[in-house]
Amino acid sequence: MEIKEKESVVVRFSGDSGDGMQLAGNIFSTVSATVGNSISTFPDYPADIRAPQGSLTGVSGFQVHIGAEQVYTPGDLCDVLVAMNAAALKTQYRYAKPDAAIIIDTDSFGPKDLEKAQFQTEDYLGEMGIDADRVIACPLTSMVKDCLADSAMDAKSVSKCRNMFALGLVCWLFDRDLDVAFNFLREKFAKKPEIAEANIKVIQAGYDYGHNTHSSVANVYRIETKNKVPGRYMDITGNKATAYGFIAAAEKAGLKLYLGSYPITPATDVLHELSKHKSLGVITVQCEDEIAGCASAVGASFAGALAVTSTSGPGICLKSEAMNLAVIMELPLVVLDVQRGGPATGLPTKSEQTDLLQALFGRNGESPMPVVAAASPTDCFEMAYAASKMALEHMTPVILMTDAYVANGSAAFKLPNLNEYPAINPPYVPEDLKGSWTPYMRNQEGVRYWAVPGREGFEHILGGLEKDDKTGAISTNPENHDLMTRKRQAKIAAIPVPDLEVLGDKDDAELLIVGFGGTYGHLHAAMDELRAQGKKVALAHFRYINPLPKNTADVLRRYPKVVVAEQNMGQLAGWLRMKVDGFVPEQYNEVKGQPFKVAELVKAFTEILNKE
Amino acid sequence: MSNYSASDFKKGQPRWCPGCGDHFFLASLHKAMAEIGVAPSQTAVISGIGCSSRLPHYMATYGMNTIHGRAAAIATGCKVANPDLTVWQVSGDGDGLAIGGNHFIHANRRNINLNMILLNNRIYGLTKGQYSPTSPRGFVSKSSPYGTVEDPFRPAELCFGARGHFFARAVATDAPGTVEILKAAYNHKGASVCEILQNCVIFNNGTHDAVYSKEGRAKNAIYLKHGEKMLFGENNEYGIVQEGFNIKAVKLGEDGYTEADVLVHDAKCEDNTLQLKLAEMEWPVALGVIRDVEAPTYDDCVWQQIEEVKAAKKYHNFAELLETNDIWTVK
Repeated sequence: MEIKEKESVVVRFSGDSGDGMQLAGNIFSTVSATVGNSISTFPDYPADIRAPQGSLTGVSGFQVHIGAEQVYTPGDLCDVLVAMNAAALKTQYRYAKPDAAIIIDTDSFGPKDLEKAQFQTEDYLGEMGIDADRVIACPLTSMVKDCLADSAMDAKSVSKCRNMFALGLVCWLFDRDLDVAFNFLREKFAKKPEIAEANIKVIQAGYDYGHNTHSSVANVYRIETKNKVPGRYMDITGNKATAYGFIAAAEKAGLKLYLGSYPITPATDVLHELSKHKSLGVITVQCEDEIAGCASAVGASFAGALAVTSTSGPGICLKSEAMNLAVIMELPLVVLDVQRGGPATGLPTKSEQTDLLQALFGRNGESPMPVVAAASPTDCFEMAYAASKMALEHMTPVILMTDAYVANGSAAFKLPNLNEYPAINPPYVPEDLKGSWTPYMRNQEGVRYWAVPGREGFEHILGGLEKDDKTGAISTNPENHDLMTRKRQAKIAAIPVPDLEVLGDKDDAELLIVGFGGTYGHLHAAMDELRAQGKKVALAHFRYINPLPKNTADVLRRYPKVVVAEQNMGQLAGWLRMKVDGFVPEQYNEVKGQPFKVAELVKAFTEILNKE
Repeated sequence: MSNYSASDFKKGQPRWCPGCGDHFFLASLHKAMAEIGVAPSQTAVISGIGCSSRLPHYMATYGMNTIHGRAAAIATGCKVANPDLTVWQVSGDGDGLAIGGNHFIHANRRNINLNMILLNNRIYGLTKGQYSPTSPRGFVSKSSPYGTVEDPFRPAELCFGARGHFFARAVATDAPGTVEILKAAYNHKGASVCEILQNCVIFNNGTHDAVYSKEGRAKNAIYLKHGEKMLFGENNEYGIVQEGFNIKAVKLGEDGYTEADVLVHDAKCEDNTLQLKLAEMEWPVALGVIRDVEAPTYDDCVWQQIEEVKAAKKYHNFAELLETNDIWTVK
């Protein structure tokens, strides 16, 4: 047996959507993170509710990238592909490197399975051009049955444990300590210990199978951990991190957290997560529609809560009217847009960055609204906190953009210490203004004071109609409307945001890569690769989009070549061109619903570098 | 006794047309709030868009005049987030039952503790005279010059269909009747729908003529009181009796009907069958509290559940929440 030291390895678990690939992938990434490896994951769900078993459209995948040093993406192609049936091999092989090891369950490659997967012959490996030496072919289903023959479980429950056999096999391949996986399962199935023990037995069997049978043919990989940042860590998905950010911000501000929401892929996990935490006083209302989700949050904000509404692009379309109400009433509100493929229902489970202009401009009237975007699963926590602080301190709705990729992807999260986070101080109306206060009176930052109902002497009426700057009464006076429009605009423009950071060859880059939100990892990895080839490249990645960082124009004008790379047709590029005089960047645009491929970015950026 | 008078709730100069039913209703609301005695600072009045939705601007309470149709949804968030507030939601028939129909039914289904006012003039006034979802079939308006070809909603039917637990009706010009149902709505815990029949002098004048005057109500309306026989007419010469699976109005002494045959109103009856029949009578028009049944309210249950989970779970702040995860240490 040869043990290969590797810097990083990508594993892709794939099978029928009922095969438990997400769970197997999750456990494997947790086990790897526990030994200090850097991890980045990408679940790839089918959009069908439950496609026919064994069919090509029903394949579900989970990709995890583990590295000795920081990994920024789940990886373009995998080193190990687990294919639980013929359809998985057929659809997922394109994500495998030419020399990838492939684990298949030969029990799921019978004539019917091959037919469903649209193989023409029984020589499925030959048809796909796969070298049989790279394949770990095992009768996985039969072995799971044998392993659990003594248990009282029915056939269906036994078959549900197949994923754990595959997991055991992968753990053997990567020389992983099984105890972490065992603990994970005992906790997950705390109420059904017999299920936990059955799964554990099957993992061990998978591990032993690898050890006994394939020790002569396969490599065992070892990923050592370098550059550890000491601390306590947990695995977290972007959606969970977002929910945690809201909880943290509400606690810091001393406010109740209210979520008004309506289920929508890929944002629903935020509703799920927050609904769990009633012991922290979190209020979640699953409303009758997206409109009510946002409208009820506006009501909760008026009543004095940190109000949040969560959705994806189609939901933003419906919420925009109530978001605009919060603009004119100048009430705090955080609107979470977990972007997916559009337009309309589009690609519900896939990732895009196509809502940026909708977030910036998708409302009637002059409707300035801060827009921020999270760069990674763990950054969702930081940006949810920042968006909440911004909304509360500047009395405005704020749009927080994530996307299906960062929302569902996970990474190791160093446990934050809330004491180290900045205070959140909403501009509550000072008591001494009683008697002279009117609803649109502003503080030095141009922010309207917040008078929460219940306070005697500050009774007031807000509303969707334009108000008089001085009295707060309804006004159609032309000068007043112009003034109020400018005051709302100035308030947003004055919100302080951190400077744009330049990474890489910041002094002498020939090419500046520019992006925003969830593409950070891929753009960073592409920059690293280009720099490893000796090229001078830098990266400026936007997390604050409105208002833009003050140094934006300086940074964009500093380098000979600039490429704005985004998963849309050029929305950030257009916004930057609007805001920075004379800025005409190169563009790299891709709208496939899939994360960027680093190799493709490197190729495209090299072409730009080589252009005269 | 209350510490407040109607003037404590008054603000500004209403801009409705002279003679508009909204003026009458507003005065009754001020009076009812004074009698109820909840402080203006603990009261929120939330409306949508429309003539009647201007109402919060004439209140010395907290409030919002929001966007078209969303008042019930906005009021829901306000009440759930701050259950100490007394929340009044004010909508017209277009705001509440057309663009806001979905929020109306769901606020009733969830039984949010809101006092929901539906000012029904069967017309769109602010947009100057289009038919509304309560306009009768065949109604001629600017947007239906040849008459509408659709049936209207009957608000009580919609409320009951959404499992509403409180429904009352008053005529805008009838101050005592209006104040009475507003107080009953406040006292009912849960979503309380008050349908206010009001006239639009400009675009739908006379729509409620049969009951708009005191004399008209004496002839054509019945004031329902829980536990009392359902008698009406200038001299209580009529009564509501059961006939097979239905109810009907009869003149006592005719066809062998006597007062003993007259039904006693039961607003507290869980089953809404007869209450619905009362609400839908065309003659006489039923006024007063038609249905008033206790049920758990959404906002109470939300907070009760929070307290239960707080007691059951061991984590109560963010730092403790983090500790509930699988954590590993990198040294």
